[in-house]
Amino acid sequence: MHNPKNIIQKIWEQHVVHQEEGKPDLLYIDLHLVHEVTSPQAFEGLRLNGRKVRRPELTFATMDHNIPTRQRQVINDPISKKQVDTLQQNCEEFGITLADIHHPDNGIVHVIGPELGLTQPGKTIVCGDSHTSTHGAFGALAFGIGTSEVEHVLATQTLWQAPPKTMNVKVNGKLGTGVTAKDLILAIIGKFGVRFGTGYVIEYTGEAIRGFSMEERMTVCNMSIEGGARAGLISPDETTVEYLRGRKHVPQGEAFEEAAAHWKALATDEGATYDTVVEIDAAEVEPQVTWGTNPGMCIPVTANVPSPDETDKPSEKDEIVRALEYMGLQAGQPISDVKIDHVFIGSCTNSRLSDLRKAAEIIRGKKVNPSVTAIVVPGSFSVKLSAEKEGLDQVFKDAGFEWRDAGCSMCLGMNDDIIPSGERCASTSNRNFEGRQGKGARTHLVSPEMAAAAAIAGHFVDVRKFTAQEVG
Amino acid sequence: MEPLRTLQGLVCPLNRTNVDTDQIIPKQFLKRIERSGFGQFLFYNWRFDDDGNPNPDFPLNQPQYKGASILVAGENFGCGSSREHAPWAIQDFGFKVIIAPSYADIFKNNTVKNGILAIQASDEQVQTIMKKAETEGYSLTINLEEQKVYDNEGFQFQFDIAPYPKEMLLNGWDEIGVTLTYEDKIEQYELTHK
Repeated sequence: MHNPKNIIQKIWEQHVVHQEEGKPDLLYIDLHLVHEVTSPQAFEGLRLNGRKVRRPELTFATMDHNIPTRQRQVINDPISKKQVDTLQQNCEEFGITLADIHHPDNGIVHVIGPELGLTQPGKTIVCGDSHTSTHGAFGALAFGIGTSEVEHVLATQTLWQAPPKTMNVKVNGKLGTGVTAKDLILAIIGKFGVRFGTGYVIEYTGEAIRGFSMEERMTVCNMSIEGGARAGLISPDETTVEYLRGRKHVPQGEAFEEAAAHWKALATDEGATYDTVVEIDAAEVEPQVTWGTNPGMCIPVTANVPSPDETDKPSEKDEIVRALEYMGLQAGQPISDVKIDHVFIGSCTNSRLSDLRKAAEIIRGKKVNPSVTAIVVPGSFSVKLSAEKEGLDQVFKDAGFEWRDAGCSMCLGMNDDIIPSGERCASTSNRNFEGRQGKGARTHLVSPEMAAAAAIAGHFVDVRKFTAQEVG
Repeated sequence: MEPLRTLQGLVCPLNRTNVDTDQIIPKQFLKRIERSGFGQFLFYNWRFDDDGNPNPDFPLNQPQYKGASILVAGENFGCGSSREHAPWAIQDFGFKVIIAPSYADIFKNNTVKNGILAIQASDEQVQTIMKKAETEGYSLTINLEEQKVYDNEGFQFQFDIAPYPKEMLLNGWDEIGVTLTYEDKIEQYELTHK
C-alpha cells in the first residue's frame, strides 16, 4: 500500500481544521461529553463573555460523580446538590441534552457513551475527565481535558492540539484462563511504568486484543491514562460493528452498513509505523493486585510485596517506603495474605454487564466473609436493569453484597461511598492513589473476578485456584 | 489571564515523584462551582492531619517557604485526574512557576490555560534546586522571553518551551478569543464534513 498509516494518524488528519507554523493544529471535536464536576466554571466563562455553545447537538451531558447510590434522588450534601442542580440549569440555558438522575439513559459518562452509540469509530471525543480514553476501544480518538478546554470546546467545537507521538502496545498471544483484560492493563502499566505513555497516543494491537469483547477493550483503553497516555485506542473490526448495531445514536438500516464500511477502513494499514513499539506476552500475565499508591505498583497475586532494596534510585526507594507505610504493608509479605475490609465492584473501568456476570459467577452460592463489606455499583441505569433481568442482583444479594444504584461512587468517593481511614478495599476501579477512596483509605486495584473471590475469602486469593477448587 | 514575563521568587521544594492531582487537590473540594478559593485546600491531606492541624514537616507549612511563588517537584508531576482544580489551587496558593523533570500531559495543558509556567528541567537541575532550596530565602529568577532560569549564585539553565504556550503565557491571551478569529475556517470545516 502506498504510504500506509496507523489509525491515530488517519483520525488526526481527518479532523485538522487549520494548520500554521509555530502553532499546534486546530482540531475539530465530534463529540463532547459533559458531567457536573468539571463543567460549571466553563459554562460560567461562556456567560461572562456572552458566548454560546457552538454545537449543542454534539454535546451530551450526564451526572455521575456526586450521585448517591443508595437513594439516588436524595443528595444530602448541599454543595454536591448545588453542583448537580447547576448542571441541570446550564444544560437548559445552553440547549444541551442531559441524562439527569431520573433519566433512563443516566450513568457513568464512559459507560453510557458507548451504550447509547454516541461513541463511534473515527470520532474525536473529549470530556472533562481523564478516563475519556475509555472510548478509544471503538477506534475513536478520545481524551480527557481540563475545564478551560471544556469551555473552549463548548464555544468553538475545536481544540489546539500538537500532533501526538504514536505508540503500538503489541499484546502477543492469548491470556490464560482466569486472567482478564484488567490484569493485562495493570501488567502493562506495571511493566512499563506510570509515565511510559506521556506524550503518546497508544494503539493496542495483537491477538489478545482482537479476541477481546468491546467491554474488555474498554477496560484496557480506560486505564491508558494511568500509564500516562491521554488516549489509547483499538482499530475497529467486526466486534466493534456488531456492538454498535442497533444502538440509539448510530445510523440505522442501509446507512449503518455504509458507516460500518467506513469505520472498518479506519483500521491501521498493513505496514504502518509508530514512533515507538513495545510488546508484552499475554501468556505471562497473571492475575494482578496493586500493593502501592499508583497503578504501576502492581504484582501478580502469587508474588510478595516488594522491598525498597530492589531499586538503586533514591527517588524510587523513597516512593516505595512511603507507599508501604501508607498501605500498612511489610516488604516481602505474600500479597495473598493481606486481609481486606471492603470490596467495591464498579467504576468506569469495570461496571459493565459482563463485569457483573463474571463476578457473579465467582460468588454464586457462596457468602461474603463476615469481616468484609461488599458493594456492587452498576455503571448505568441500563446495566442495572439488564443485570436485574438476569437475576444477577439476587446472586449478589444472596451472597451478602449490597446492590446499589449507578454512579462513580467509591472509585473516588465524591458521594457518600467512602472507605474509612486505615481500612483496606479490593476495588475494581482505576486509581489507588493516597486518599482516593477516602483520607487514609487503602486501595488495591483488581479485576472483578479477583474482587469477588477476595470478598468470599476475606483476603486476596488467586482466582484461578479459587475457580478450579470449586469446579473440581 | 495575567501575562507572565519575568518572575523572581522564593522556591519551595516538594521532593516527591508522581505527585497526582488527587494529592494536589483531594476530591472533597471538587464540588464547588467557582474557579477561585482553592488555595486553602492545596495538598490538603499532606498539609493537615486528621484533626485539621498543619503538619509541621510538610514544606508548604514551614515558615521559611511562606510566600514562595516557585514550586519544585519530582518526575511526572500532576498525573492522574484531569481536574483543573489542581492548577487553580496551585495558583491561588501563590505559585506562578513549577519546575519538574516531567509532567502529565493534561495537567501541563491546564497550567498554560491559567498562566502558570511549568518548566521542564533535567533531573540533575531539579535536584540542584531542591538542595539549594534547603537554605532559607533561596530564590530564583525566571525569564520566559529568554527561556532562562538563574539564581544569584551563578547557577543557571535554559529551558525548552513550544512557541504556542510561550506566546500564550507572555501575552496572557484569552485562547477562546483567539480561536474565534478562525471562525470562518471552522465553518468551512463543518460545511465539508457533514
